[in-house]
Amino acid sequence: MTGVSGLVAKVVDSYQRDKDMLIQILLDLQSGFGWLPAEAVTEVSKQLGVPITRVYQVASYYKAFSFSPKGRHSVTVCLGTACQVRGAPRLLDRIMDRLKLKPGETSGDMRFTLSTVNCLGCCALGPVMVVDGVYRSNPSTTELERIFEAAK
Amino acid sequence: MPKKLFSLEELEELRKEILSKREPDKPVITVCTGTGCQTYGATNVYETFLQEVKNQGLEDKLGVKATGCHGFCEKGVVVVVFPEEISYLKVKPEDVPEVVRAVAKKGILERLLYEDPVTGKKIAKESEIPFYKNQSRIVFGNNKYIDPKNIEDYIALGGYSALSKALSQMSSDQVLEEIDKANLRGRGGGGFPASRKWKETKNAPGEPKYVIVNCDEGDPGAYMDRSLMEGNPHSVLEGLIIGAYAIGAHEGFIYVRQEYPLACENLNWAIKQAEEYGFLGENILGSGFNFRVKVHRGAGAFVSGESSALMSAVEGKAGEPRFKYIHTAVSGVKGRPSNLNNVETWATVPLIINKGADWFRSIGTEGSKGTKIFSLVGKVNNTGLVEVPMGMTLRQVIYDIGGGILKGKRFKAVQTGGPSGGVIPEQYLDTPVDFDELTKLGSMMGSGGMVVMDEDTCMVDVARYFVNFLCEESCGKCIPCREGLRLLRVILNDVCQGKGKEGDIEVIEEVAEVMAAASLCALGTTAANPVLSTLRYFRDEYEAHIKEKRCPAKFCKDLTSFYIQPEKCQACLICLRNCPAGAINGDKGLVHWIAQEKCSKCGICFEVCPPRFSAVVKLSGEPIPEPPPPGTKVIRKKEG
Repeated sequence: MTGVSGLVAKVVDSYQRDKDMLIQILLDLQSGFGWLPAEAVTEVSKQLGVPITRVYQVASYYKAFSFSPKGRHSVTVCLGTACQVRGAPRLLDRIMDRLKLKPGETSGDMRFTLSTVNCLGCCALGPVMVVDGVYRSNPSTTELERIFEAAK
Repeated sequence: MPKKLFSLEELEELRKEILSKREPDKPVITVCTGTGCQTYGATNVYETFLQEVKNQGLEDKLGVKATGCHGFCEKGVVVVVFPEEISYLKVKPEDVPEVVRAVAKKGILERLLYEDPVTGKKIAKESEIPFYKNQSRIVFGNNKYIDPKNIEDYIALGGYSALSKALSQMSSDQVLEEIDKANLRGRGGGGFPASRKWKETKNAPGEPKYVIVNCDEGDPGAYMDRSLMEGNPHSVLEGLIIGAYAIGAHEGFIYVRQEYPLACENLNWAIKQAEEYGFLGENILGSGFNFRVKVHRGAGAFVSGESSALMSAVEGKAGEPRFKYIHTAVSGVKGRPSNLNNVETWATVPLIINKGADWFRSIGTEGSKGTKIFSLVGKVNNTGLVEVPMGMTLRQVIYDIGGGILKGKRFKAVQTGGPSGGVIPEQYLDTPVDFDELTKLGSMMGSGGMVVMDEDTCMVDVARYFVNFLCEESCGKCIPCREGLRLLRVILNDVCQGKGKEGDIEVIEEVAEVMAAASLCALGTTAANPVLSTLRYFRDEYEAHIKEKRCPAKFCKDLTSFYIQPEKCQACLICLRNCPAGAINGDKGLVHWIAQEKCSKCGICFEVCPPRFSAVVKLSGEPIPEPPPPGTKVIRKKEG
């Protein structure tokens, strides 16, 4: 068994090969690979006995899934209403300017992926950004520089 | 491995045992580790406390505990010392040794106490801080006593006694009747009576029946469910099990957004512990009732919070809504009768069973009973989660609890109900907040988001923001929603960019009408609400954008320019150094000026200009004055 099919088998088994758990399986694979390689999608379809069209339908429907590899560091800017009124668009502008990326893009050296999210539920602290799972409230330009420098 | 409980008596015995092991007078330092405080470094503060207590050799005399969200997220990291409930705010790791020393001496560290912004008086007790004093925290209040990963904390507070009461002393019909009498309405936004859904599911033909917790809290600006699920997951579970008993369901689902990793973690932990103690699984508390629950993570789709869409997602399919002429109570998950309620609704159920419907009915207004948790955010001083009795006025919530508008600015509107709601302007601040009153104003209570907006917020931009959000989140299944939103987005983007035309407002209104009448699910039928309500109360702002190409709030980038007033500029070089576009000219002693063609309108110069100079201003709808002749020297302002 190759690496991909082995990993898929492990995840599929952990859900007792239950077809209802398709989304959960894909979520685990997404976090395992950092994205959903075509091979993994094919394997899920085969091993779970779900038509590949349905796997693709589900995987393309939800925002959590990506069909292209992500950078080593994920930078997410919250654009929820509370962050919006407290200056999230300007924070995003500054980050886009610094990373030379638009939301959804990954840098050529695979260092950063920039994305936006509609609410992280930290509304009291807006504007909020998350770098590799660490939440930051309204970082200054100097703090941003430090954060990005530290992410090699 | 704890002993599995088989009866009400065994649970009471366990509770006594837990309480007997606790020393009520022993000081315990609790650190809020909800996601808000974690952003401020709560995990680090908590670990520093553990280490410091060890370093000072106080392990026997002092307890340290991590708890769920207290609600006062603005002031994180929140630390409360029990039993006196002394509240320390904005605690940093470097403050920890001093706090520990103070607690050991039974003293108070003044420096970190809450300071009343008006009187300057320090307030030590958490419950006396105005933010907390004006709330009634019956659902949310236990968060601060509970380590969410320790079921014993929940049991010590009387947890699972409502479940054992329901199972041992009440028939399933009696439970249903009690909820019916309490008039518990769904907290997720719809406000539909919970008991009606429960009854319909119970009476619908077909087995098995399912019960579902909706924790797909997608409304931007709202995070009540997240904090409840993270901070007190057992209260949600207990409510769900009671509901399952009343309805006759033996299987349940809890659907949590994957954007809430801590909620997933604490919930899974809680389920495992509840199984070990016999609150979940076979023969719960010896009653013969069986119930199991599975957790499903949402994969990022706002519309999946709609009940029929959520049920598709639970089946592992794309979460698209369907027509509901047959209710999900009759045909839901896998075509079986399914009852879905929101997190806060479920967490309220144990309280009603314990204290009775009459108690619950004594709180709130005629049509809306009990309390509601709101996420009070935006341009308000005290941001955080607040729980108030239904019927409290918006003014009380925003001014008495929220402490008024940030930086002394003028209140403009409060947005409630998320993308399905609307804005409520100043003249309606004295409206009591409940399900029915806010609907009358063209907004809705929704799940509890309350985003406060001040004079600097552009109402057309708010409408554009929500339309843009919904445009991306619309599943595209029905045409009125998909195409209507797209059209609204084009028009509103134009208006915000100064490309609005006469007649745009009329087209907006026409599209909105069709969407409300013909969309498939609630996302589409309510999608135009933010546009319609901003139009209803702030039509003049739309007209200023369209006719005068002016943004009254000076927010819309394309209609706003930045300008340095030569007579005020002190040539401090701060804006010049910070300008990312290199658009600011000037030098030491020489008045700075902005080259408009280079300016990216990021607003950094406006933000960094020292308030004592206030030289940078925003202009909209008026000509930008010519820059001063090159080499103009500053007019020095006498300081002091």
